[in-house]
Amino acid sequence: MKDTDIKRLLYTHLLCIFSIILSICIPSFFLENFSILETHLTWLCICSVFVTAVNLVLYLIVKPNASSKRSSISYKVTRFLKCCIYFLMSCFFFHVIFVLYGAPLIELVLETFLFAVILSTFTTVPCLCLLGPNIKAWLRVFSRNGVTSIWENSLQITTISSFIGTWLGAFPIPLDWERPWQMAIERKKMCRSFCVPGMVLGTVTQ
Amino acid sequence: MRLGSGAFAACCVVIEVLGVALFLRGFFPAPVRSSSRAEQRAEPAAPEPSAGASSNWTKLPPPLFKKVVIMLIDGLRDDFVFGSKGVKFMPYTTYLVEKGASHSFVAEAKLPTVTMPRIKALMTGSLPGFIDVVRNLNSPELLEDNVITQAKAAGKRIIFYGDETWVKLFPKHFVEYDGTTSFFVSDYTEVDDNVTRHLDKVLKRGDWDMLILHYLGLDHIGHVSGPSSPLIGHKLREMDSILMKIHTSLLSEERETLVPNLLVLCGDHGMSETGGHGASSMEELNTALILISSAFERKPGDIRRPKHVQQTDLAATLAIGLGLPIPGNSVGSLLFPTVEGRPVREQLRFLHLNAVQLSKLLQENVPSYEKEPGFEQFKMSERLHGNWIRLYLEENNSEVLFNLGAKVRRQYLDALRTLSLSLSRQVAQYDIYSMLVGTVVVLEVLSLLLLSIPEALSNKAELEVPLWSPVFSLLFYLTLLVLSALHVIVCTSAESSCYFCGLSWLTAGGVMVLVSALLCAVVSALAKTFGDGKFLSKNPAHPKPRWSELDVLILLGTMGHVLSLGASSFIEEEHQTWYFLINTLCLALCHEIYRNCLLRDDSEPQQCPHVEEEFIRTAAALQDRSTGCDTLEPHGVSRSLTSLDTLRGYEKWMVLASPWVILTCCRLLRSLNQTGVQWAHRPDLGHWLTSSDHKAELSVLTALSLIVIFALVQRKCSLTSKVALALGLLGVYCYRAAIGNVLFPWQRDSKDISKGVIEARFVHVFVLGILFTGTKDLLKSQVIATDVTIKTVGLWEIYSGLVLLAALLFRPHNLPVLVFSLLIQTIMTKFIWKPLRHDAAEITIMHYWFGQAFFYFQGNSNNIATVDISAGFVGLDTYIEVPAVFLTAFATFAGPVLWASHLVSFLSSETSSGSALSHACFCYALICSFPVSAYIILVTSLRYHLFIWSVFSPKLLYEGMHILITAAICVFFTAMDQTNTKS
Repeated sequence: MKDTDIKRLLYTHLLCIFSIILSICIPSFFLENFSILETHLTWLCICSVFVTAVNLVLYLIVKPNASSKRSSISYKVTRFLKCCIYFLMSCFFFHVIFVLYGAPLIELVLETFLFAVILSTFTTVPCLCLLGPNIKAWLRVFSRNGVTSIWENSLQITTISSFIGTWLGAFPIPLDWERPWQMAIERKKMCRSFCVPGMVLGTVTQ
Repeated sequence: MRLGSGAFAACCVVIEVLGVALFLRGFFPAPVRSSSRAEQRAEPAAPEPSAGASSNWTKLPPPLFKKVVIMLIDGLRDDFVFGSKGVKFMPYTTYLVEKGASHSFVAEAKLPTVTMPRIKALMTGSLPGFIDVVRNLNSPELLEDNVITQAKAAGKRIIFYGDETWVKLFPKHFVEYDGTTSFFVSDYTEVDDNVTRHLDKVLKRGDWDMLILHYLGLDHIGHVSGPSSPLIGHKLREMDSILMKIHTSLLSEERETLVPNLLVLCGDHGMSETGGHGASSMEELNTALILISSAFERKPGDIRRPKHVQQTDLAATLAIGLGLPIPGNSVGSLLFPTVEGRPVREQLRFLHLNAVQLSKLLQENVPSYEKEPGFEQFKMSERLHGNWIRLYLEENNSEVLFNLGAKVRRQYLDALRTLSLSLSRQVAQYDIYSMLVGTVVVLEVLSLLLLSIPEALSNKAELEVPLWSPVFSLLFYLTLLVLSALHVIVCTSAESSCYFCGLSWLTAGGVMVLVSALLCAVVSALAKTFGDGKFLSKNPAHPKPRWSELDVLILLGTMGHVLSLGASSFIEEEHQTWYFLINTLCLALCHEIYRNCLLRDDSEPQQCPHVEEEFIRTAAALQDRSTGCDTLEPHGVSRSLTSLDTLRGYEKWMVLASPWVILTCCRLLRSLNQTGVQWAHRPDLGHWLTSSDHKAELSVLTALSLIVIFALVQRKCSLTSKVALALGLLGVYCYRAAIGNVLFPWQRDSKDISKGVIEARFVHVFVLGILFTGTKDLLKSQVIATDVTIKTVGLWEIYSGLVLLAALLFRPHNLPVLVFSLLIQTIMTKFIWKPLRHDAAEITIMHYWFGQAFFYFQGNSNNIATVDISAGFVGLDTYIEVPAVFLTAFATFAGPVLWASHLVSFLSSETSSGSALSHACFCYALICSFPVSAYIILVTSLRYHLFIWSVFSPKLLYEGMHILITAAICVFFTAMDQTNTKS
């Protein structure tokens, strides 16, 4: 049981990373002048869409906690709608936090918001997939010693490392080699590069 | 000897201040000096070099110009004259630059770009050291050799009108002068009218040889409203008309006497994009320099771009133009275009004089001067010059003579440039020995503090300081012996001057005793720690202390901040680091609060096994605490059991909302003052408020802020101080109305602007009164020792006195900073620290972080230019050094000081345990001295960095000042702690 879980976990993470790499490679075939640094807004959109899709597909295939006792259509629809609302709320929440951290209020709104979106795809979407729209469960997972399964553990590690990656990604801002909100990319890279070891760690420690 | 940890920390910080002072003295080098003083320079001028045949020209050449007028405009940066502004507002000057008989240059000022060092540089041609900034306001007489002294010795009559600094620098040199004071920055018309009103009279009279005018208005406009303000245009137009008046008068006089005159238009420093100066941006360094004289020939249609030269070049040029010896310390080279019109023999003579002076300076300052390329070039050109003279005296073959002359001239110019460059580099020489001693002291103190953490933060808050045993130990005497031997060796062999060697033997000996005693103390503390460590490791049952997320954040944040000091960009933008850290701190607090609140709601009804488990752990934690070995107590879990239960509905919501309120406050403050370097030019609320169009808004904001301040502060005061506070705040508004920042509702027109001395003194009286009441209460609580409340009230009164003083001294738009600071303190006290029960160490560090952040919220930065000097003159008629320095320091460091004093009053009123204050004092000392020590080492290793003077040195001065203030705060802490233990 545990071995199969670990294997599945490893595959899901590999797929996630693969999807990010795909989001860099594929658009360059279809779109003119695509590069991460210059058209970073497009890339942010594409990347978040890819990651969301992969997460949803994986969730449907793997079904880590097959505990859906009631499976009426209406229940599923409300659940799905709730998830959407939660996702949007998390986007706005992150946006507000970025502004509080000093992002400009009016100019560069789009950059800031897209950055909020991508951060929520990395953190909120997996949580929604795994735990559903259940705040109490979230709080349980993200407090000390609240983890019950290996899936939750990996979730905890990836999410927290995403946050820390984003947080650390702000450090190069005062260095005077680029414009501030181009930083979104820097942050993104940082964020991913901190996710990967986090995942590996998560799989190894089990 | 047993010492409380507070007293111990205070002693450590005081010793550290000594170490830092010694380091600073060694770090800021003494400037290049010629050994002969001005008075002794009676030696004859260097004769013309000659090969074989003796030259008959040994005296100084005669002056080139009869009269010289120097028109110095403070803050005249190059594009005000040569750029689009110049074309628009200074038509006459532009005409002169483009078509008239003039030479225009862009003169590069050296750091620091502050008025007094720049005047010195212009008149002596030397480079004043960085430390001259500190003495900027209180300028003593200039004793160095300079153009003015030489001119006076040569019997020239000099008249001066303008900035008082000149009168202080040259007290007995002017036959007639009128100094204007540069203290009221908001006045930019009268300062200049006071100069111009003498002009007509003086220009008609012919009884002077040198006229110096120093106009301050432009710089004042820059300080108040920046370089893009419309006022700049008016001022430039006024200056242009003055220049025209002087020039026409000089020309009409020349028509009678037929001897050319010289008019010099120059700036002392530039103006940054925000309007300040002091740092090293291109806008601050580049100043305009225009020499106008009918002696200069100009072919029609000859368009030249202004050449880049050094500001120090003016001194040599002026000396030659007036027929005076070049000042001994001058590192500048002659501006050659000015003598281009003279015969070749004179040109070469001038160049030779300048080269001789520079090479002499080089010989005195560089031991291996013969190997310098400039010196070799000079010797070669001197030989060639001799050949040329011989040729000149013997025959008159014009072709050969002309070619050789051109060659000699070129060689001389090269030699001058190289010499001047290598001399300018000489300024950066460090006194390594003093720096080393200072660093050793600081590091020893820091390691002593670090080693005593476990003991000092234990419950008893006392520690055994091994004071007497080391003094009699062998190690102590050995170290002392080795140090003295080293001292003797270093001081006898050193070539350059060394401050520490210059100290008297007794003082040096005292420092050495201190160093070795500290070393012994460190060693014994180390031994004790290792002994304890062994003991602890024998006891495997000892549980590991658990660190909460907050502790990890605090530790990482401190480490990260210290590491970031190594990069110049991070120093320039240090405010970003602090804003980032306090935001993160707020989010971490938010996380803690939410976890405590929501999870408790969740688990209480069902009593899940989790909680029981937690109970067990808490018990373990409590045991753990009782052993008193841990520095940071485990909390989080134990805390959640007792806190937050007692809160009712409304309060609970306030607790949940409080971090967000604080975050919003911080965001608002952040947009009030843009500071730093990269984004300093961005529009911010502060500039919007101070612009003259928004006076009404500023008035409303000021009134509102004062009311909120009163509402927040008066809660805990006694009745007398409440009344005094209200009157004082009223006085603050009156003061601001008097100096013209704000309006009274009934006062429509902005009438006469006064200095507001009476109003400011009125407020000062109340500040002193409140402080006195507070002190009286404290003394009473010590004598009577009935209850704690008197003491709490006393401390709060002292705190409110400081708040009132800050309200008086802050810049007009900065009152919201004070309001938000008080608001955040109130919210934190009520809804975060009290319910969550943080321990003293955490609260101290949070206070420190917020204090640092508020330092930058005030608009300060790690740059000398942002210090608000005008705060030093509030309520003073004239410059009095001690109060001015004190007021400026308080206004600059108001953020940290207010937070620290809040910490004292909070801890003494809230906490039950008696050791909280000494814990806090210890933590404060530690967390302040950690960055200072790290920074000293960093600066030592980066001392040849490109930005050492522009970025690292100002930060070093700030850090030095900060540690001094920390020492004062720690002493205050200890005093409070002593009264506490006595009562």
